[in-house]
Amino acid sequence: MSPATLTFLGLGLLSYAFKAAGPLLLGGRRMPRSLERLATLVPGPLLAALVIASSIVVDRSFVFDARLAGLAAAAIALRLRANFVVVVIVAAATTAVARAVLG
Amino acid sequence: MPDPRSALRNRALSIGLSTVPFGLAFGVACAQAGLEWWEAAGFSTVVFGGSAQFAAVGVLADGGAVGAAIAAGALLNLRSVAFGLLLAPSLQGPLWWRALVSQWMIDESTAVAVSADDPVLRRYGYLAGGLSVFVLWNAATLVGVLALGRAGDLVTRWGLDATIPAAFLALLWPRLADPAQRRAMALGVAIAIALTPIAPPGIPIVAAVLGVLAGLERS
Repeated sequence: MSPATLTFLGLGLLSYAFKAAGPLLLGGRRMPRSLERLATLVPGPLLAALVIASSIVVDRSFVFDARLAGLAAAAIALRLRANFVVVVIVAAATTAVARAVLG
Repeated sequence: MPDPRSALRNRALSIGLSTVPFGLAFGVACAQAGLEWWEAAGFSTVVFGGSAQFAAVGVLADGGAVGAAIAAGALLNLRSVAFGLLLAPSLQGPLWWRALVSQWMIDESTAVAVSADDPVLRRYGYLAGGLSVFVLWNAATLVGVLALGRAGDLVTRWGLDATIPAAFLALLWPRLADPAQRRAMALGVAIAIALTPIAPPGIPIVAAVLGVLAGLERS
């Protein structure tokens, strides 16, 4: 099996276990508060690291290019409470223009 | 009073449509990473969690190991446990039915569900949101990988590569309102930046989770 196939099968299995844990096992009970707190905090730093990795990192070095202009435009759009679709389109359009201008 | 079910259906459809650009970008990212079209479809049906799919394919594209790709994606999907616990009381039914609908336990279906308070309406919102996103997300993935994926320069010319960080930013944006979340994210970013030049690809993303330590204190 290719690495991608192994990854989607393994990740799919784990993800399903997470998704189904509540409906299948716990019914109406709640998880301990400290664990609940941890579960709500985990996505933040992970998503922040993904923003960094997908915008200014190529292999193991930092590259500042047109993607950064798109990310800045996305932040402004979010600040203005634009919805998800608009944010993504603004980011793409800004990056495309910046790339055309910068060459 | 408007029919609450039709309001839920509208919400479900809009949120499904909002995942389409992200789904197209995912298909393109898969093609760029050298995945087959059915592998891209495998991610979108079997994993069915946008940020986790992007993270895993991103790690593979950077030359990361299968284990690191699974870890990065799984940590992102860990939040589904919290959604499942939140919605379990509204999702009563036979075991096989709960097992089946659990696959739709994602941000969007949870968001539509909790926009209602009544358990019966929550269940309706969950199913409508889950179905809408599942169909549109998978359709967008296929179009992305099959129609747009082979046109590599199209991706950079249209700035489609910037849709990925923008989507991650949009997902974390609501969390910036909470000081504990901000501390966790700041430490996570610092860890990721510090490790990027020295650690294998994918590891800085997984290690960033330690940022939660900054969010836990004083809370």
